[in-house]
Amino acid sequence: MPTSIVTANSMLAIDIGAANTRAVLFDVIEGEYRFVASGIAPSTAESPLRDVSEGARNAIQALQGILKRNLLDVSRNLILPSQPDGSGVDALVVTVSAGPAVRTLVVGLLKDVSLESARRLTESTYTRIIDSVSLGGQRKPEQQIDTILRQRPEMVIIAGGTNGGASRSVQKLLEPIGLASYLLPEEKRPAVLFAGNDQLVDEVKALVGSLASHLHFSSNIRPSLDKENIPPAESELAHMFIKVRKKQLKGLDILDLWAGGHTLPTAFATGRMVRFLSNVYGSPKGLLSVDLGASSTVIAAGFKDKSVLKVYPQFGQGENLTGLLNYTSIDDILRWSTLDIPPTAIIDFLHQKALYPATIPATREDLVIAQSVAKQSLFLAVREARKDFPRDAAFIKPTLTPLFDPIIAGGAALSDASRPGQSLLLLLDSVQPVGISTVILDQNNLMPLLGAAGSVNNILPVHVLESGAFLSIGTVVCPVVTAKYGATILKAKVVYDTGAEANVDLKYGFLEVLPLGSGESGKMSIQPARGVDIGFGPGRGVKNMQINGGALGVVFDGRGRPLDMPSDPVRRRELIKKWDWTLGGG
Amino acid sequence: MLAPVHHIIGLTTIIRERLLPISGNVAARAQQKVTAGEVVAETRWAREHVLLDVARSLGVTPAAADRLIKCQVDDKLAASSEIAVGKGLFPRSVRAPREARVVAVGGGQVLLEVGESKIELRAGFPGTVIQVIPNRGVVIQASGGLVQCVWGNGRIDSGLMVNLMQTPATVLIPDQVDVSLRGSVILGGRIEHLETLQALAELPARGLVASSIVPGLLAKAREMRYPILVTDGIGSLPMNSVAYKLLSTNAKRDVALNAETFDRYSGSRPEIIIPLPTSSDPPMPNETETFVPGSQVRMRRAPAMGMIGSIVSIKPGLTALPSGLRAPAAEVKLENNENIIVPLVNMEVVG
Repeated sequence: MPTSIVTANSMLAIDIGAANTRAVLFDVIEGEYRFVASGIAPSTAESPLRDVSEGARNAIQALQGILKRNLLDVSRNLILPSQPDGSGVDALVVTVSAGPAVRTLVVGLLKDVSLESARRLTESTYTRIIDSVSLGGQRKPEQQIDTILRQRPEMVIIAGGTNGGASRSVQKLLEPIGLASYLLPEEKRPAVLFAGNDQLVDEVKALVGSLASHLHFSSNIRPSLDKENIPPAESELAHMFIKVRKKQLKGLDILDLWAGGHTLPTAFATGRMVRFLSNVYGSPKGLLSVDLGASSTVIAAGFKDKSVLKVYPQFGQGENLTGLLNYTSIDDILRWSTLDIPPTAIIDFLHQKALYPATIPATREDLVIAQSVAKQSLFLAVREARKDFPRDAAFIKPTLTPLFDPIIAGGAALSDASRPGQSLLLLLDSVQPVGISTVILDQNNLMPLLGAAGSVNNILPVHVLESGAFLSIGTVVCPVVTAKYGATILKAKVVYDTGAEANVDLKYGFLEVLPLGSGESGKMSIQPARGVDIGFGPGRGVKNMQINGGALGVVFDGRGRPLDMPSDPVRRRELIKKWDWTLGGG
Repeated sequence: MLAPVHHIIGLTTIIRERLLPISGNVAARAQQKVTAGEVVAETRWAREHVLLDVARSLGVTPAAADRLIKCQVDDKLAASSEIAVGKGLFPRSVRAPREARVVAVGGGQVLLEVGESKIELRAGFPGTVIQVIPNRGVVIQASGGLVQCVWGNGRIDSGLMVNLMQTPATVLIPDQVDVSLRGSVILGGRIEHLETLQALAELPARGLVASSIVPGLLAKAREMRYPILVTDGIGSLPMNSVAYKLLSTNAKRDVALNAETFDRYSGSRPEIIIPLPTSSDPPMPNETETFVPGSQVRMRRAPAMGMIGSIVSIKPGLTALPSGLRAPAAEVKLENNENIIVPLVNMEVVG
């Protein structure tokens, strides 16, 4: 990379999460951008402070303590730009996921077409869909008005009408929204995003323009019946979401001012990074990022010519946990547990954790419960997201997770695990990857910050990614197979750079690990048994494949896809303990 | 590190905003003394709307319909009032289906508000109105004891508190509820039986203060018409010793229960106010605290969930926990004299 491209500017990135606020400094070291350090402090979106800038200042202060360099002035304002004495920074970007899920009304012309697209768009940020309205609905306009007045949506997402198509029908849908907004107090009026028929802009402005707190337009997400185009609307929705959050979260406006408007929803910034990486990698496989945070679980996937961003507040590990049992059963949570835990302990846990999202497991039993809940939440999120993955993605079987490489994992539940093996087992069990993938742990939760930083400086993310700021857990090999427990399903060999060799005979139902440390590389050959698919077709192997090491090395997961768990709880717990032990557990 | 604060205070100055959800009339004046049940503001709210498509009903264009509509915004209409009449030998008419108020007219349509109901905002606790917020409500100040809770069922009431707890771990059973408790606020310990909630509803009781409630009863508890407040958590937990001591020693006193839903963003929390006469205003509670040796703290997670202790020392750097995680932590001496290591994020300062 020519150094002339590097402008020698430092950048501070702040992520305001539901539980914690992090301040991360990127700076130029030896001609390249590097992740320097991060400071962390409890988020202050909630009472008593109710000012997110306080948490940000505290996180910056913690960072100052590490750097031994002033970033804040005596009034606790950010020093911008950097000064000759080394204090301050040259740029700031902010990402935000704190705050309650935004209550959103989804409106579409046809239930299975534009309404579905509007729902998919809405799921790209931190929202809770409180109601949906379409032409085929049974409710009269006045009932729709009453529903809107009762539920008080903070955002309305409208799709419908192919370009040049229906206009009268869309107007009919908009009338009750306009009337309801008119009846709401001005400060309670929703922000409206219109992502429908491009030619209705003037009519939408006339019908709801003066009645919405903010009115945004994006290109039509359903320009024709057989075509969906969500990404441009995702960007518009992200900007509208930040405007809504600025009204809700005191202090965000000052941070946005410091950042020169470079404030993004955390999930959107992660999605940007995934799109960027999937373009860089250009692999026929997809790229997957999972983020298991307190406010939500975020799944971002990049494919050859499509990206999918899904935000699931209902699967977050914080205040929404009490609702998790609306989507799953206690038995399904307990199936991941290594301990014999009574169902009431799970229910109590969900309620207590929802009350105190920032708390962490201090005992072994509490950690087992927390990990079981996290695993099931991520499992559900991936299963939901899979429904919107493109049909032409690279699959071994369409009913399984598509082929992904790499898989990047972040969020407190994953990056705070006590050891990399615990994080990897959580990922293997919930994502259930197939084929050969590299698994990377975003231990400093940099993905969204790099996504936001890229909007100011597009070289910075490239340099930081290449600098080893992420922890490679290693390479995982996950064959798709159904076999008898203990049957050999593949033989593999790793030849190290030193010339030494390690071999493994993977049996069905087992996890195996071959060491290959971080910074090391080797060549892997695999010969699957007949019918076993590692991504090259049944029974087809690979020879001398270049692989890189990681914290765990090369992990072979012979437990079948979908994951084959014994129904007997005692036997299952024993097996999980064994798998955990294989990945470094005690 | 900034510490979460949980107020359990024997005597403090309590200042609370009481606001209508929508604009209305404020009945109280500044410096007025109010009782818990006194109405301080009121408003009217229509639950339903009726949209009349006059143009379609009369078979005319929207512009023509607008000229035929006789009512204006804010007009009050009796049931069957004529809203518009068409033209011709036998003109059709559009009438109000019920008693209504006109809220919008235009585009050949009339939007009516029907089924108006009255919302009365009560003071919630006895005190002095120190500020009137025009059209919205009041700010009330009082002196007394304050116990913040973790869960409430959204109701509000006040009454004489009767203690049915023998120990902080008492489970309230239906047999303990008898007719002598009618109109009382019950200090009742752990709630594990639906019959207990039903027995209190049948009395009726004026309120229930519980240490915990099992998750399966939360939906029923929300339906109860009397306030229910939970001091310590969801599940089966004893009452923390500080709250137990304060509440049990104030039995036979009038208490005000505001079981509003816990909202971490607005700061609204269910709380019990024990009004006490004072000659001067006691100090206000601290809204922010930091963890320091000597701080009285409550455990928010296992082990020792709900127990009270005091910080012996703050550990430098990160401490390895039995779970394997590493986090900033403190050594805490619990009430049973046991010393444990607790991550700072798992505690809150009590005071």
